[in-house]
Amino acid sequence: MNVLTKIISMFRESDQGLSLDSGNLSGRGILIFHHTSEVIRAETLLKEAGLDVKVKGPPPEVRSGCDLAIEFPLLLELKVLRVLSKSKIRPLQVLPLQDLLLEPVSLFQVKNFGDYLMVRAANMKITVSKKDARIVNVSGGGCPDVPFLADQLVGKGLHEAPEPRTLGHTLCGYALQLAFEELRRQCPG
Amino acid sequence: MSWLIIGTVPYESFPLVLSQCRLAGNQLHLNNETVSVSRGTPALLAAACLGAEVLGLQPPTAMLVGDTGRGEGSVRLYRHLVETFSERSEKVLVFHYLQPDVDWHNRILLKLDDLSNRPILVADAGYMYVAKMSGFSLSYDLFTPDVGEMAFLADESAPHPFYTRGFLLRNEDDIPELVKRAYENENSSLHLLVKGRNDYVASSAGILHTISEPCVPAMEPIGGTGDTLTGIVAALIAAGKSVPDAALVGARVNRLMGLLANPTPAFSVAQLLPALPKALETVLPS
Repeated sequence: MNVLTKIISMFRESDQGLSLDSGNLSGRGILIFHHTSEVIRAETLLKEAGLDVKVKGPPPEVRSGCDLAIEFPLLLELKVLRVLSKSKIRPLQVLPLQDLLLEPVSLFQVKNFGDYLMVRAANMKITVSKKDARIVNVSGGGCPDVPFLADQLVGKGLHEAPEPRTLGHTLCGYALQLAFEELRRQCPG
Repeated sequence: MSWLIIGTVPYESFPLVLSQCRLAGNQLHLNNETVSVSRGTPALLAAACLGAEVLGLQPPTAMLVGDTGRGEGSVRLYRHLVETFSERSEKVLVFHYLQPDVDWHNRILLKLDDLSNRPILVADAGYMYVAKMSGFSLSYDLFTPDVGEMAFLADESAPHPFYTRGFLLRNEDDIPELVKRAYENENSSLHLLVKGRNDYVASSAGILHTISEPCVPAMEPIGGTGDTLTGIVAALIAAGKSVPDAALVGARVNRLMGLLANPTPAFSVAQLLPALPKALETVLPS
């Protein structure tokens, strides 16, 4: 099947109610809030920040009192949460739209390299020197903020370095944040 | 064979550049721009340039743009590529650190579908993620995932490695099972090069090659060692090797580069690269 035929077939499936938003569904997520007023405020803030968001009715599985949710580009989760956090808005849940049972990665791998310790979360790895808790490497990942975050973190002390979530924009940045937190837990200052 | 490497550099102000790439010391030169070699697409390009020199090839052409994760640079590059696609004649295209965007990905694939002689397509990093997200993985000749990314390819539900289900991430020894699962769900390219403690070259027929030696554990934490591997493999494909042969030789070369450089986990990829030419010259005759 060539690309065009396959895309057309995706749209046909969508017409038959199998998919909400054709092939792009896998790249979207939803934010669930406590109150409708938060949804409206969040929508305004996110749109002002230039993000492609839409207000939708949440699926029955995740309804928790509020009948509105915000659909957003999943990849920009970190940016979305930062915009909201600046205005002290905290969603109840952040979920990928493709499969509402999915959870963010919560499994860490810790590898000991003698004088160095590495933590991996999903596709991101961060390594420190045990002697002085200096971040010596960041590896893995595929979104463009990873090389940027690596430039900002490598060479800095684990407890002085900026948290990846304050600089990153993507899910790779978020995975790095989780690995960073786990590394801080493993190497308390 | 002409080849094009498409990716980003982590500087927001870096303009969109299309240029043949020249490596001098630790600097890549592209038209009037200069980029230091560190992890990401610059590491891939540096390895590709060094590989080209040993193999007697023209260095790769690079299409690069600045992007720190906001995605604006990536979209500019996607748009430019779609609008100027008729000007592209390269036989090998390597897609790398780009903000995943299914819509732009599909537009590029439609352009590729129009070609009578389709180039060999290699995808790594963010572009591999979006290729899988789009459902068109089998349109690609080679993906080069690491262990965490292999679990993502195997997880038919995960839209990004961040959402890979835990049971798929547990054990590095499960790679053959993950490969099988990715092919069953059509979430893999025609060939795979999985990077890890063991490297695997695979296809829908299963594991074709397992490369375990030399083993240099300190390579894993060093940012950019996967990028250098993709760069070496791209050079070998551009030199005319088949995709699985290039993956096999590339994996051996990258490992030998690590052995020769004798790194600690605190090394930068730039400290490894001087060992690449000797590694390639050593592995090639065999």
